Amino acid sequence: MKTTTLKLVTIVTERILEDRILRKMIDLGAKGYTLTQATGKGSRGVRASEWEGPDTRIEALVSDEVADGIIGYIADNLFEHYAVIVYVQDAEVVRGDKYV
Amino acid sequence: MEQIGVLASNLLSPIILLFVLGIFASLIRSDLKLPAPLYNGLTIYLLLAIGLKGGVELHKTPVSEFIWPALVTLLLGIITPITAYNVLRRLGKFDRINASAIAAHYGSVSAVTFIVAVSFGTMNGLTSEGFMPAMVAILEVPAIVVALMIAFTRDKRAGSWQEALHEVLSGRSIMLLLGGLIIGWISGPEGFEPISPFFETGFKGALALFLLEMGVITAKRLEGLKEVGAFLIAFGIFVPILHGALAIWMGSLAGLSVAGAAVLGAMVSSASYIAAPAAVRIALPEANPTLYLTASLGITFPFNITIGIPIYYAIAEWLM
Repeated sequence: MKTTTLKLVTIVTERILEDRILRKMIDLGAKGYTLTQATGKGSRGVRASEWEGPDTRIEALVSDEVADGIIGYIADNLFEHYAVIVYVQDAEVVRGDKYV
Repeated sequence: MEQIGVLASNLLSPIILLFVLGIFASLIRSDLKLPAPLYNGLTIYLLLAIGLKGGVELHKTPVSEFIWPALVTLLLGIITPITAYNVLRRLGKFDRINASAIAAHYGSVSAVTFIVAVSFGTMNGLTSEGFMPAMVAILEVPAIVVALMIAFTRDKRAGSWQEALHEVLSGRSIMLLLGGLIIGWISGPEGFEPISPFFETGFKGALALFLLEMGVITAKRLEGLKEVGAFLIAFGIFVPILHGALAIWMGSLAGLSVAGAAVLGAMVSSASYIAAPAAVRIALPEANPTLYLTASLGITFPFNITIGIPIYYAIAEWLM
């Protein structure tokens, strides 16, 4: 089956940032996303609130430009004070036109 | 002597013993822990139950009886973050951001401390006014707004206070408490009757179970004690007593009973660990969460539910 190469952007971050990041991603041109609950340990051990529960893992398949936009937004606004992990992989995507 | 007996009866009540069990289990690295959905479910149940019961009581209370305590509570919600901020800045030499972050917690309220304070009174034959849950709702928000205003009026900040305010106002605790109050008020005693067995019979048991998990959560925060320093530890004990005494005095002037004033004291002395941390994390991301979470959960919460609450009742009895 024919595949297209897209970027898979993965963001693992604090639950309280979820809404803000998702809104920004859609603004920047992402067509959708997948959310998973995540727990783990990193350089910032403290979560914002026990009540809010674990962290969130956001994944989105996007074009190169949108991926750059998302990374740029997070780097400029969130890295300094929040727990955020971002990485990008190339993904061979089936039905690639759904995502751009 | 009598006071010591009361203190011992509080420390040996199953609710507090379960809290201690939770701490102990966590310290020896037991796998004991409530599953997250159960913990969330219990929180929803407890908040809704006190909201509904408070609403039913409000239905029966004339406005004249309720208005003064409500105004006093609102006033306390504005005063306490300012006193906490000034103590932290002037005596503790904290920077502005961390001082206002901690002040938001100490101005706001811990609903669980409130519930334990009410239960402690009932256990000792002292019933507080039924409308007290409405005071929790009144106390929760203003302090967070005042503390964030202190931080935001001075200079430009990285966070967003609009988003933080939305987080507080739309948060589960306000929704359930305020929603419960309104629903209880609309339905009145007759309307509440059919659902009251569910919300009343199981309440104490649910609270006990909830405190077991609170023990586990508190123990995790005890690690931070080494980091926060002696000043913040003293702050977490003495500022609540100061705020509590002020609230008891003002509550008695507003016409509250001994138990009502003591419960108001416990409420005002308590530090939020649900609404405030989330709001502060959004609005003041530069503030160090270890400081405000350790103070609120690791120091003030355990102090209040074990020793603080009997002290507030003693102050109220002595004063009135």
